Amino acid sequence: MTMRSISFGQATVEATAAAMREDETVVVTGEDIGWGGNFGQFKGLLEEFGPKRVLDMPISEALILGSAVGAAVTGLRPVASLSFVEFTMGAMDEIINQAAKFRYMFGGQVSVPMVVRASDGVLRSSGAQHSESFEAFFSHMPGLKVVAPSNPADAKGLLRSAIADDDPVIYLENKKITFRKGEVPEGDYRIALGEASVARSGSDVSLITYSVMAQHALEAAQVLFEEHSVEAEVVDLRTLVPLDIESVLTSVAKTRRAVICHEAWTFGGFGAEISSQINEHLFGELAAPVVRVGARSAPIPFSPPLERELVPEASEVVEAVLRTVKL
Amino acid sequence: MAADFKDMETNWEAYRKLFLIRAFEERLETLFAEGKIPGFVHTYIGQEAIAVGVCANLRTDDYITSTHRGHGHAIAKGIDLNGLMAEVFGKVTGICKGRGGSMHVADFSKGILGANGIVAAGTVIAAGAGLSIQTRQEDQVVVCFFGDGGINKGTVHEAMNFCSVKNLPVVFVCENNQYAQFTSRKLTTSVSDLSLRGAAYGMPAVSMDGNDLLEVVEVSQKAIADARVGMGPTLVVADTYRFGGHYVGDPQAYRSKEEVAQSRRRDPLLLFENHLILQGLADKEALELERESILELVDKAVAFAEQSEYPEVRSVIDYVFTDVTEK
Repeated sequence: MTMRSISFGQATVEATAAAMREDETVVVTGEDIGWGGNFGQFKGLLEEFGPKRVLDMPISEALILGSAVGAAVTGLRPVASLSFVEFTMGAMDEIINQAAKFRYMFGGQVSVPMVVRASDGVLRSSGAQHSESFEAFFSHMPGLKVVAPSNPADAKGLLRSAIADDDPVIYLENKKITFRKGEVPEGDYRIALGEASVARSGSDVSLITYSVMAQHALEAAQVLFEEHSVEAEVVDLRTLVPLDIESVLTSVAKTRRAVICHEAWTFGGFGAEISSQINEHLFGELAAPVVRVGARSAPIPFSPPLERELVPEASEVVEAVLRTVKL
Repeated sequence: MAADFKDMETNWEAYRKLFLIRAFEERLETLFAEGKIPGFVHTYIGQEAIAVGVCANLRTDDYITSTHRGHGHAIAKGIDLNGLMAEVFGKVTGICKGRGGSMHVADFSKGILGANGIVAAGTVIAAGAGLSIQTRQEDQVVVCFFGDGGINKGTVHEAMNFCSVKNLPVVFVCENNQYAQFTSRKLTTSVSDLSLRGAAYGMPAVSMDGNDLLEVVEVSQKAIADARVGMGPTLVVADTYRFGGHYVGDPQAYRSKEEVAQSRRRDPLLLFENHLILQGLADKEALELERESILELVDKAVAFAEQSEYPEVRSVIDYVFTDVTEK
């Protein structure tokens, strides 16, 4: 397929438009959709598909996600957007008690084919209520699939799969990379949920990561190679639920060292789950303890130096790797 | 489908349903006391005329959302009695295969989008079903049952505003049974006439005697007919009284025996029975025979539930996702 460079946001527009052209039950609802969205992630959809399928909703988070559940069990495939992931807090009942539980609680009578889109992560001092990453507790809840792409090409293929999926999918789009461009195939394609990708091969250490931290991990791997002769393998999970643990274990079995990197808080974070599974499967084969790189436990601060202090980037990954390869 | 209460059979059918709900719930009280039912049971005794009267105006393909006190709604909308009883027992033959229980009965083939353990959660789900109907350009209607306890939830505000602004085919039926769990409505709610809330949404709102079946039929018939022809939502407040406690076994320290006894004088079942006799539509002996045949149905449902198996424990993970099974 022909490649060209477009942004993460544009890539998601292409995936949504392709899904809407193919299936007339796909509707897009949410906050500030019509004008194109904060990150251009809905640009042109209203013009192409009209207001019956592209709905600007009131700022009523419970309504946006609750109505998505109601629509999903009665014949539509809603893609509901809440702008910033913190806004899902006003609709946690609808996500956790309704969307995630309907299929199980009602004995498999229905599926709930809906996607929740939300922007997460730190971007230029957005402050404590517009900067966080909540994938850990979405992943914790049985019944939700969780997707966290790191680049435009994956963003497009994964969103296409998320919309086609019959279960509720939380689709997390990191703010820092939403504007970032990358090579994206022109045509329509899907990337299966639950398949990690090895974004860079290496033999000394495995960087297990997703979302924006996969970009930081790739930068770190380059630095490690050029300045320290360390060959790091980068495993981009892409989907947290279902988790492709086989790809993680294959990589770590080879390198015998694992550094798990995410922007979210380390304590109780998703990295703890991966670390635990690595230990359960590969305990005797590890050359060093599994290490996590994440944020310390504080709300995300406003002041730029404080924000940078709390949230890790490539340099923190490099430091963690250097500590672990010395062992 | 407007119910025609000039028709003899329509009256009989309504009576059968009223008594079936009463008999089902009273049997559950006994079974619960005998320790045969796990969990908690919330009975609908005293409120039967609302579910029966409203659902008399609904088609099978119309939707309802229900509450934790949902058996009556489900029976009125046509749920399979054996499947309902077996679900309350936690058996594999239950309508939700034993995954849901009393608070989570649903039958999507009958448009029952679920009883729900979260107060007023059904309001936003109903809004989504309404949106789905409008998008699909069908003439179905959604009835959202909720209570005076639910009316103070934010979801009610979010759902009513949205249904009104989009003119969705949703009828909100607020069953004012005077108690929000264990607390009197008078202590918690800003207005004593709950239908006043409709004005905030530019929504027609009406109060009715929820113990008078024919009044419920008449009032809800108009609201449902309006919704069906695109005239948008209505708030219908059904004033009633919860004869039982919040749950079976509730010591009811928050109200007097005199208050309950006083309210039982306006038992919806007796009111309708008297109407049938006074109008010459039935005689006492015929009603007695009818009640006996309904009690047999309940006996059979109990036998079916008791003879059914519990779900196989190895199936515990089934139905979490549509396409993912645990490895």
